[in-house]
Amino acid sequence: MLQVEKDPFIRLRNIKKTFGHVVALDGVDLDVCPGEVTALVGDNGAGKSTLIKIISGVLYPDEGEISLNGKTYRHLTPPVAIELGISTVYQDLALVDCRDVASNIFLGREPLKARFFVDKKRMNRESEELLRKLKVSIPSVTTPVEFLSGGQRQGIAVARSINQQGKMIIFDEPTAAMGVGESARVLKLIRSLGDEGFAVLIISHNLHHVFSISDRICVLRNGRLVKDFRTENTNPDQVVGFITGSNQRTEEFRKGSTKA
Amino acid sequence: MQKYVQTDLTKIKLLTSHIFPQLLLILVMLIMVILLSVTSPFFLTWDNLRNIFDHSSLYIILALGMTFVISSGGIDLSVGAVAALSGVCMAAAMQGGLEAGLSILGGLIVGGLMGAANGSIISFLKINPFIVTLGVMSLSRGLALIITGGIPIYGFPRDFTWWGNGHIGPFNPPMLLAAFLTVLAAVVLNMSRFGYYTLALGGNEEALRRSGVSIHLYKIIVYILSGVAAALGGLVVTARLNTAEPLAGWMLEMDSIAAVVLGGTSMKGGKGSVAGTVTACLLLGMLRNGLVILSIPSYYQQLVIGIIILAAVIIAEVRSGKNLAFINK
Ligand SMILES: Nc1ncnc2c1ncn2[C@@H]1O[C@H](COP(=O)(O)OP(=O)(O)OP(=O)(O)O)[C@@H](O)[C@H]1O
Ligand SMILES: [Mg+2]
Repeated sequence: MLQVEKDPFIRLRNIKKTFGHVVALDGVDLDVCPGEVTALVGDNGAGKSTLIKIISGVLYPDEGEISLNGKTYRHLTPPVAIELGISTVYQDLALVDCRDVASNIFLGREPLKARFFVDKKRMNRESEELLRKLKVSIPSVTTPVEFLSGGQRQGIAVARSINQQGKMIIFDEPTAAMGVGESARVLKLIRSLGDEGFAVLIISHNLHHVFSISDRICVLRNGRLVKDFRTENTNPDQVVGFITGSNQRTEEFRKGSTKA
Repeated sequence: MQKYVQTDLTKIKLLTSHIFPQLLLILVMLIMVILLSVTSPFFLTWDNLRNIFDHSSLYIILALGMTFVISSGGIDLSVGAVAALSGVCMAAAMQGGLEAGLSILGGLIVGGLMGAANGSIISFLKINPFIVTLGVMSLSRGLALIITGGIPIYGFPRDFTWWGNGHIGPFNPPMLLAAFLTVLAAVVLNMSRFGYYTLALGGNEEALRRSGVSIHLYKIIVYILSGVAAALGGLVVTARLNTAEPLAGWMLEMDSIAAVVLGGTSMKGGKGSVAGTVTACLLLGMLRNGLVILSIPSYYQQLVIGIIILAAVIIAEVRSGKNLAFINK
């Protein structure tokens, strides 16, 4: 392949992670570049969420290295990852249900007045602006998120990650609970983040979505990164083949694949 | 159109879940005041009201600390014993010749340390707060007994006993301390970053962690606050009786937890009401006082208070419509 490669924002090498007897990740290499939307696809349990939790510092890998900003880390922690500019929309959204919308959007980075009081007015105002820009409609930024719909909650999780003003944004199935209109809007947003220069990593089971917004498609299968496509060089059938493993049967047979 | 309907519904749900327990409390309190003032002309006199405030102040001080702990999704069973231990430490220090101010400071530090022990074990070792604080409760009670040899210490300088029965205008130091701490707790819980994190801890600890906040730090501070509040309670009890009793503050943890829950703070964490806690403490104080005025034997008091707490918790739960098998069909 004779392509001009950009310098990756983050570089993962030989990432391994096991949970007891389950091998969730088995030596994954992955680069995510700025200005690109990289899609991570794979079947349920392939290890996608585990991989992004390692990038966001929520989980520590058993083995492997993470390089970013010219430094190499054995693992990250959530504050370090956020500091380095990595924001994440988790699959479970990680919202505090009993707290209001603005408190969730500013969770961990509340602005202060007089170095003590949380500047609630500013939080409300900026949350409203942000949600309006993202076209997420909610009754009020002072509503506890437990009263909101699945799509609205996802919108808030997306707003929080954008509000962290990082350089890389990770989306773990951001449109899973959204209706057609809402998910189209979020997908457009994700694409535009890529165009604005963010390094975007998105997990999705919807290949139609993946093909409409990604520059690259990485296929994870049984904890291994089995294929790394440029989106323009592949098609959904081929990707499905790698997700299910039917394209690989001969190769695995030769290796004598180990079953977890 | 659709949107406005939704807004109204949300607001109604909000009102019932947040304000209802408090309204109920105030209603029960009003009914009680009317009943008691009708049955006894003595009830509504200034002397008696002052009495109620005075007695409630100890409960308020401890329950404020407990409000933070329960809001953060924890529980602190050690507060009664920590109050006794701190009181005993203050007394022992004064007996050893230390002046009152420094002895009080020492006692407060002891309370803070017990809280730090609770918080560190709960947070770093991820052990259930019930078990940890039960252990620290026993440990503190044991230390208080060892330090005193089981014999109460009494006879303190005026500088110390002032904290129990001094006078500041029509009030006394425990009342003013309770009032000051109430305002402080309300401001901190509702307006400071620490308060936001306390509630977020109770709501979704993992979300807070993933947002880059050190949950260990904030959890430990919550328990330290509770320990210091308990020590302040120990100061009040010891100064008031002019005696440091190793068995002081017996069951005080239960009274604090009851007041906090009665006041509408959720046992599941994430929601806390300082105003509710204080109202509940005053209500319970009034109830105890009323039962005494009506000369109902003291063992009936426990029964009545127990029934009121159960009724309040059940009503609050029915209103919120959660976790009830017969409602969810
Ligand atoms: N905390 C955990 N404890 C034990 N096993 C885990 C844990 N988290 C993940 N696993 C296991 O690791 C494997 C990979 O899980 P992961 O959540 O990364 O999959 P995924 O690709 O995100 O799947 P999905 O598409 O269903 O979200 C699964 O077999 C899962 O059961
Ligand atoms: Mg997943």
